[in-house]
Amino acid sequence: MADAMAGETVIAISGLTKSFGGKKVVDDVALDVKRGEIVGFLGPNGSGKTTTIRMICGLLKPDSGSGTCLGMDILKDADRIKREVGYMTQRFSFYEDLTIRENLDFVARIYAIDHRKERVRETLERLGLTSRRNQLAGSLSGGWKQRLALAASVMHQPKLLLLDEPTAGVDPLARREFWDEIHRLAADGLTVLVSTHYMDEAERCHRIIYIAYGHIVARGTVAEVIAQSGLSTMIISGGDIIAIANAVRDRPGVEQVAPFGNDLHVVGPDPMVLQQAVDTALAEIGSAAVARPGETSLEDVFIRLMQTARIEDRPPNGPDENGRPA
Amino acid sequence: MSAASRFSPSRISALMIKEIIQLKRDRLTFAMILVIPVLQLVLFGYAINTDPKRLPALITAADNGPNVRAIVAALASSDYFAIAPGIASEADADKALMDGTAAYVISIPPDFERDLVRGLRPQILIEADATDPSATSNTLGALPQIIDIALARQLAGPLATKATTPSAVDLIIHRRYNPEGITAYNIVPGLLGTILTMTTILMTALALTRERERGTLENLMAMPATPVEIMIGKIVPYIGIGLVQVSLILICAEFLFHVPMMGSMALLLAATLVFIAANVTLGYTFSTIARSQMQAMQMTFFWFLPSILLSGFMFPFRGMPEWAQWVGSVLPLTHYLRSVRGIMLKGSHMGDISGELGAIAAFWLVVATIALFRYRRTLD
Repeated sequence: MADAMAGETVIAISGLTKSFGGKKVVDDVALDVKRGEIVGFLGPNGSGKTTTIRMICGLLKPDSGSGTCLGMDILKDADRIKREVGYMTQRFSFYEDLTIRENLDFVARIYAIDHRKERVRETLERLGLTSRRNQLAGSLSGGWKQRLALAASVMHQPKLLLLDEPTAGVDPLARREFWDEIHRLAADGLTVLVSTHYMDEAERCHRIIYIAYGHIVARGTVAEVIAQSGLSTMIISGGDIIAIANAVRDRPGVEQVAPFGNDLHVVGPDPMVLQQAVDTALAEIGSAAVARPGETSLEDVFIRLMQTARIEDRPPNGPDENGRPA
Repeated sequence: MSAASRFSPSRISALMIKEIIQLKRDRLTFAMILVIPVLQLVLFGYAINTDPKRLPALITAADNGPNVRAIVAALASSDYFAIAPGIASEADADKALMDGTAAYVISIPPDFERDLVRGLRPQILIEADATDPSATSNTLGALPQIIDIALARQLAGPLATKATTPSAVDLIIHRRYNPEGITAYNIVPGLLGTILTMTTILMTALALTRERERGTLENLMAMPATPVEIMIGKIVPYIGIGLVQVSLILICAEFLFHVPMMGSMALLLAATLVFIAANVTLGYTFSTIARSQMQAMQMTFFWFLPSILLSGFMFPFRGMPEWAQWVGSVLPLTHYLRSVRGIMLKGSHMGDISGELGAIAAFWLVVATIALFRYRRTLD
């Protein structure tokens, strides 16, 4: 992130809590996002990502907590915040029985955008959808729907963009293009908070926040989060991967064992103990496989974070489509 | 039986079990299965009476002798009439027929007693509000006999000869507003209200639930549109559609059924506008409560059933017991039917139907308040 833009706070929230049916879905969450940042919001299913995003954009009322979004009080100024925020829902939520142009026109009218026709035309052009503008939105493929939703969400030139798992079910090329667009928008000063499950997407963020079962359990740049975890990784190649995995899994100092193609990644908190465990295991089964230290991946860290978060905190069911508890 | 067989009881039972589980989860459908039969039984069994009794009647009598009193007493005790105490003036009687507070006016001419005793078969004029022919036909049919029996008792002894056949009096019946007793005159204006009730409520009831089901509501709520804006924006198009339907029905009424149009078209449209507005707002309220389009449709049906049964559309309003009349009075359709029949058949003016329009407007206000109160600004 360009340092020149740092400093200006866009989201500053603390103590955010929300319960559904007596179960705390979001518990004492604090967020701090600066202008122009792309912040990745990560966590397992039902961890409270969607609920947190919905509270920031005024779709849900927090049980407690306070803070500001774009300098406005999230509890009192929800209506004003809505005008300055773009929100892209998890599920495509524009009108499938309206054409692409009609959808954009609808959004432009709702936000009372100046030079509406001009702006709709520009948006269509930028999307490359001018020739298909009279096609029903419902007939678009997943990738196009997502591009349309993004274009519609930023048409009113919001200062903050909230994206809730925007790339679910979208092919790699479309995802790449989507992220390029997000980075272009951020370079122009737009602040982006994006929830995702994908590690490669997390790595495309300036900063990540990891939430598990309602609590924030890690935050920082990707490198910081990996470093904070204190995990080391050994990569074993050659030999019978499955046999090695079984031999090494329950040894002291081994937390995760996962095959990656022909390699086996073994992860543990202490490099010395880990090395010892791997060597012993290989010797025990008489394997000639080679073990070398490797880089700990973000995925390894996240699985660690998920497992160490209190399992009993996990809500039995996440909120449904409408944000109500199931 | 092999898995590939064409007919598998196991597959059928899988479907049946799944169906029953889903039915159990869908409380509203479950409630409908139980409530609808009970509701229908109660409404048809208790509320509906095709032979209405105790219809309000006024007496304008220029004579008040013993025979007149006997006739009035007989009418009152016949149960067909609820006779207002005292003697009404002709002007009052006319107004009462017009605004519907009286269904019958019974006029007894001067010198009735003298002419009766002389055997001159004096006239009794019965004016009936025939806008609903089915409501009046039974009463009018029973009337001659009631009077004959009353007079037979009076004209015993020396006057027995005056109790002549066919009758000692000349009963003249005026079927006001619908002299030929054409049922279509009653049904077609009634249909206007019934069709509007069904379509406008259903269309708006689906308005928000459709957005909720398709997931577009979340997006809409994240945009800076206020609840009032959303409500108005969703209601007004359906008011327009309602007006198109009205035009269509009125054209058919004129050219297919030749229903007279005695009153002002402008007043009819004004009344219709109020009625449609009340209905679409009710539909919108349903859609703030219903969780799915299915539930919205069920709620519309729940509303529609009493509306057609208790409003006076299918069965005479005055034939119903008092509790059913109370329920019926809450329904906008009841008041709209009276207004439309009044305007089209009786030529009612604003003053005659202001009470009915006021009732619809009050209903509208209550429902709109509930809708705004019910609309969730958030997804909570």
